[in-house]
Amino acid sequence: MAEYEIIHEKSPVFYERYERKNELQHQTHYCPGCGHGVAHKLIAEAIEELGLQERTIFVSPVGCSVFAYYYFNVGNIQAAHGRAPAAATGIKRACPDKIVISYQGDGDLAAIGTAEIVHAANRGEKITVFFINNAIYGMTGGQMAPTTMVGQASTTSPWGRRPANEGFPLHVSEMLATLEAPVYIERVALSDNKNIMKARKAVRKALELQRDGAGFSLVEILSPCPTIWKKDPVEARKWVAEKMIPVFPLGVFRDRKVEIPRIDVPQKTVAEALELCETPGQRLAPHHHGKPCTIKVAGFGGQGVLLMGIVLAEMGMREGLEVSWLPSYGPEMRSGSAHCHVCLAKERIGSPLVAHPEVLVAMNEQSLRKFAPTVAPGGLILYNRDSLPPDFAVSHARVMCLPASEIADKLGSAKVANVIMLGALLEETECMSPETAMTVIGQMVRKPELLKLNGEALHAGRVFVDHQVRVGAVSQPDGFAY
Amino acid sequence: MRQLCKGNVAVVKGAVLAGCRAYYGYPITPASEIAEYAALYIPEVGGTFVQAESEVASINMVYGAASTGVRVMTASSGPGLSLMQEGISYLCGSELPCVIVDVVRGGPGLGNIAPEQSDYFAMVKGGGHGNYHNLVLAPASVQEMADLTMLAFDLADRYRNPVIVLTDGFVGQMMEPIELQVSEVNPPEKPWAVKGTPETQNNLISSIYLEPDDLEKHERKLEQKYKLAQMLETRLETYMTDDAEILLVGYGIVSRVLRSAVDEARAQGLRAGLLRPITLWPFPSKALAETAARCKTVLTVEMSTGQMVEDVRLAINGKVPVELYSRIGGNVPSVEEVHARMLECAGAEV
Repeated sequence: MAEYEIIHEKSPVFYERYERKNELQHQTHYCPGCGHGVAHKLIAEAIEELGLQERTIFVSPVGCSVFAYYYFNVGNIQAAHGRAPAAATGIKRACPDKIVISYQGDGDLAAIGTAEIVHAANRGEKITVFFINNAIYGMTGGQMAPTTMVGQASTTSPWGRRPANEGFPLHVSEMLATLEAPVYIERVALSDNKNIMKARKAVRKALELQRDGAGFSLVEILSPCPTIWKKDPVEARKWVAEKMIPVFPLGVFRDRKVEIPRIDVPQKTVAEALELCETPGQRLAPHHHGKPCTIKVAGFGGQGVLLMGIVLAEMGMREGLEVSWLPSYGPEMRSGSAHCHVCLAKERIGSPLVAHPEVLVAMNEQSLRKFAPTVAPGGLILYNRDSLPPDFAVSHARVMCLPASEIADKLGSAKVANVIMLGALLEETECMSPETAMTVIGQMVRKPELLKLNGEALHAGRVFVDHQVRVGAVSQPDGFAY
Repeated sequence: MRQLCKGNVAVVKGAVLAGCRAYYGYPITPASEIAEYAALYIPEVGGTFVQAESEVASINMVYGAASTGVRVMTASSGPGLSLMQEGISYLCGSELPCVIVDVVRGGPGLGNIAPEQSDYFAMVKGGGHGNYHNLVLAPASVQEMADLTMLAFDLADRYRNPVIVLTDGFVGQMMEPIELQVSEVNPPEKPWAVKGTPETQNNLISSIYLEPDDLEKHERKLEQKYKLAQMLETRLETYMTDDAEILLVGYGIVSRVLRSAVDEARAQGLRAGLLRPITLWPFPSKALAETAARCKTVLTVEMSTGQMVEDVRLAINGKVPVELYSRIGGNVPSVEEVHARMLECAGAEV
């Protein structure tokens, strides 16, 4: 490569020699008269003047400026097309005291990255966006941009942009200025020296605001693209002034201090946050040793079906068993059905699915009809009614009908029907102890009056079973009662 | 202390214990609890949670955060992972570590929210563009949801690559007891990161290499890294394989069913065994080939129409017949079904 001599001094924010380029390391890859060169210069000079070079991170997504890292002697991150505001969000949140710049073209920012820029602005990310609007796709060779003007020809709008087909040019600054969070939005133009001086001030102001932690700032820069526009550099600047500025008026669209309401998050240690600190109630139940059992609880959403399963699993864990709880889950829909599988075992649990439960708790008729046939031979069905439906018979398992919902209503809350069922289940199977149940429920229910109600419900379920057994009302597979 | 915990919640606990202080995500069933608990726990320990506008944005927020060297993660389910594939390709191309959890649901398209294992191809084979691999871990219990998430952060840093925790709606939604302990986290130094400091000022995070020779060199470097991972990182679990005549192969929730099926088969005199890949990439091909060589037949069980079975067949290379039993749509193969299929396979042998 030929040696060269430096004649003009440039900002030290630029590398002295562009060694990341493969060749012609003394000049940029931008075309003569391209606005990127000027915009780069304004940004580099502002970074230098504000003394921000060592703490600046520059994000360059796809477009002609994808190679901005050739030139800027700052930390550089190249991002996917349109995603720079998202990447910049991740960077700024990780490094809040650094200066994060997202430098994007019009295809990048206003087409493929529309969602990312709108939401970064709306969150008030404390970043600075330089938006180069040249009304065309440069790098890919002159296709229509979202900012291409009505009637402006491009390789993908050969008859000129037709609003009936392509819609109208997008006014990004005006659009973002409707949002609450941004602190500064200005549109400038690289059309003549006077406007370039205004652009210089805007660039500097945007970076100053970021330095001061003010909030989201964006400078839209109307910028010449002589090569794609097929104009010489002078004509191209003129075209910015005469054609673009009337469509994209210059000015400040937002310049205000934004009051952001503060809601503080309580700070905790990792153990506190993750609830890894042991509480007395969480200790193993000392005297009880649970018996293995597979249980399915089924009913309507809202009947506490899933919660009853969790209580059983939690109890099993405290009684030294291996446990698993597996819910059916569905979209949040009213009166959907819900069920869960609970395995209580001595050994490591293989499948957490209970195809043939030893105990089925059917909180409604639908669940009874659906799952009763799956109950293991000799198993137990607890049904939430005082009798089975007349057309429904079970011969392979024991059935106990108890109107838990009715009893719950009498106790004062339909919500404890599941606890009544739990009491019955524990009394009938003796798989775990009612004391463990109360310990677990006590961890979940904090209000004393509700805890008392739950205790009454558990008791009512147990008493019901006790009474049934005494009067011999539990039906047997062979039709004989106890 | 043992605590009853949901699979999706265990992921977040594992992440926080591994030093993850940045989460960017978007809600989707059946993965939403991961975002919800990240929103709760991570700010409480001084970290960042942002609900992104889309999965496209969340994976690029992860990209930005990972560029600065922090431990960062996201989670989603199939439709969200489809949107993240572009970002995952960029993360691999730019050699950025992060953890991504896929709680797989039924598909294609909107499908349903019930569990499937149908994202195997998308996560294990790619899905994004270009020559890259994700490391993929497949937990089968709630404890492993936490443990493998922690491991995922270490592997991600070690290989400067995304690591996927590939699980499903069941493991995500189920509760089991877990034991977790707070211990000191020492993530490796990341001198390559861009932190906005004088020391990192000359660093560049990028995946663009215009010159063919430069790009080839870069991709060969990635390839070497992947070969190293294949040598060092395969993980698997076997159960009763020593004298097995029929070898069951399955991962995640299916492996749990298969373990029960092995017990059932053994109880009835059929010598069955189980090989469960824990790493789906790198796939434990060597161990599988060696184990299968001692068996008469291999039965792969999947909640897909047959995705992992391709890797099983490649590993075994025709030496032993490989059969497939598949359930999809949110149906999980039952022990009985697997047992019946085993008997068929065994019968076919005689």
